Amino acid sequence: MIRSRRDLAAIALLVPVVAAVLLFALPLLGLLLRAPWSDFVPTLLSTPVLDALRLSLTCSFSAAACSFALGLPVAVWLAQGSSWQRNAVRVLVTLPMVLPPIVGGVALLLAYGRNGITGLSLPFTTTAVVVAETYVAMPFFVLTVEAGLRAFDRRYAAAAATLGSGPWRTFWTVTLPMIAPSVSAGLVVAWARALGEFGATITFAGNLKGSTRTMPLAIYVAFETHPDAAIVLSLVLVLIAAVLLFLLRDRWSPVR
Amino acid sequence: MTLHARFTLERDAMRLDIDLTAERGETLAIVGPNGAGKTSCLHAIAGLVRIKTGEITVDDEVLDNGTGSNFVPPEERHVGLVFQEHLLFPHLTALDNVMFGMRARGVERSAARAKATEWLTRVGLSECIGQRPATLSGGQAQRVALARALATTPRLLLLDEPLSAVDASTGLELRRDIRTHLDGFDGIRLVVAHSALDAFALADRIAVIEAGRVVQTGTVAEVCSQPRSPYVADLVGLNLFRGAVRAGMLELPGGSKLTVPPTPDGDVLATLHPRAIALYRTRPDGSPRNVWPAPVVSIETAVDRLRVQLGGAVPLVAEVTPAAVADLRLAEGGDVWVAVKASEITVYPA
Repeated sequence: MIRSRRDLAAIALLVPVVAAVLLFALPLLGLLLRAPWSDFVPTLLSTPVLDALRLSLTCSFSAAACSFALGLPVAVWLAQGSSWQRNAVRVLVTLPMVLPPIVGGVALLLAYGRNGITGLSLPFTTTAVVVAETYVAMPFFVLTVEAGLRAFDRRYAAAAATLGSGPWRTFWTVTLPMIAPSVSAGLVVAWARALGEFGATITFAGNLKGSTRTMPLAIYVAFETHPDAAIVLSLVLVLIAAVLLFLLRDRWSPVR
Repeated sequence: MTLHARFTLERDAMRLDIDLTAERGETLAIVGPNGAGKTSCLHAIAGLVRIKTGEITVDDEVLDNGTGSNFVPPEERHVGLVFQEHLLFPHLTALDNVMFGMRARGVERSAARAKATEWLTRVGLSECIGQRPATLSGGQAQRVALARALATTPRLLLLDEPLSAVDASTGLELRRDIRTHLDGFDGIRLVVAHSALDAFALADRIAVIEAGRVVQTGTVAEVCSQPRSPYVADLVGLNLFRGAVRAGMLELPGGSKLTVPPTPDGDVLATLHPRAIALYRTRPDGSPRNVWPAPVVSIETAVDRLRVQLGGAVPLVAEVTPAAVADLRLAEGGDVWVAVKASEITVYPA
């Protein structure tokens, strides 16, 4: 029974909310309802699934580590000021974020492939998977850390300097610990992006069982032949995503 | 050991033209209105901003001469700076904050820990050793910041408005303690003070900076008795006149004349204590040589007295008792007669 404009407004809000909830909830429900629960553990422990899981974890952690090692200096340099050079580098580094991953994969192949401009024979190796994942994941790390550095109150670095601390020591003992929330958030997001990477990996690194077939690729392959295995693998990734959301709840939740 | 700071610098819209000297064993207070450049001056001495021209030296050592090649970076200056907002590292405990400078200078962990514990005890915070800055009160944080600066055994100790972040009741105790630590520090001491009270309580000498320039330096007694700018006069609570003495009369810019004690002719500054001004409802008879009517602009309370701002040809502030205000039926916008004895006016060369 509609009594007032206020009720009408409440319903007008609720209808799309329910629609959106269904859009997100039903696929999850589908996974849960159709999962081969009786075969779940044996399927999970089968060699192809374990191989894919191990490969995925190794490569995504390596990509997160590479993002840290290369991305941290880039973020520091970008945060040091503003110039056209920095803007150009920022565009270059963040391009993979908006680029379709498959385009990234083709581009990587043309740069580091056997017939690419560098003549390296990187493709179809586990290293290639790490390179592809770093390529798509690092932008998230760089942007998050740069934002953290720009928000950092530089007077703390000045205070450290008056206490006799040089720039290097100040960075590691004052700046980095103080922007630790940004760094860890950047790492988690980059790692999650690397873990889910598909397009660039399959194009650049191929789909070789045991050396480049990560979880997403294994799901893609299994879906044709062993749909049950695909569902089990998918649920594992859902579980990992849920854990991630839990870890990042303080950072992304608007309610504190 | 002597600090010479004679320099110019430009920062944002501000231009500084500073000339200061400070000796080992004395505390120099830098006072001045907001935005006068007091903090920038300390930052230049600490090496956090570079000077444009001039020179900052400690004895024969050049810290900065504006060329860049002689610039000594802050971490090599051995200058302890206590910031206005204390800037304790939020991720470190009080103890680790105090250890920070010693560790940066290569002191071994155990030795630094012992020394830092000793410093925190000395500033009265032995119970707060493991606390993070966020859990400390403003006064405690300021003490940790002081201990952190002193623990590096600097040559110069610079304090930037150390009492601005604490409330009045803790300020009293903190001011006394800071004075003790300043006196115990065997180096050059500079304190930026916002209130006259802080400056007089902490310093031996005072330098007044207005609009980027040092307008007056002197001992506390000199500055109090002979202010050289309206700001300083206001700071020490005196009425200040700038004018010229001719034939025993002080001629003011507006054309008014005041009778003053015998003084050689020339440009002068003159002060008049607000309590030496007498107010009357009608024209008074008797000895005061300077008598004139003036409108009452405003009346404010000042502790046990009322400050009466007078307008007219010779603007003044007079301090009277609340009883006098009632007797005289003083009200803003009303008129009153002003009487000043010549002997109450202090005249000194401009």
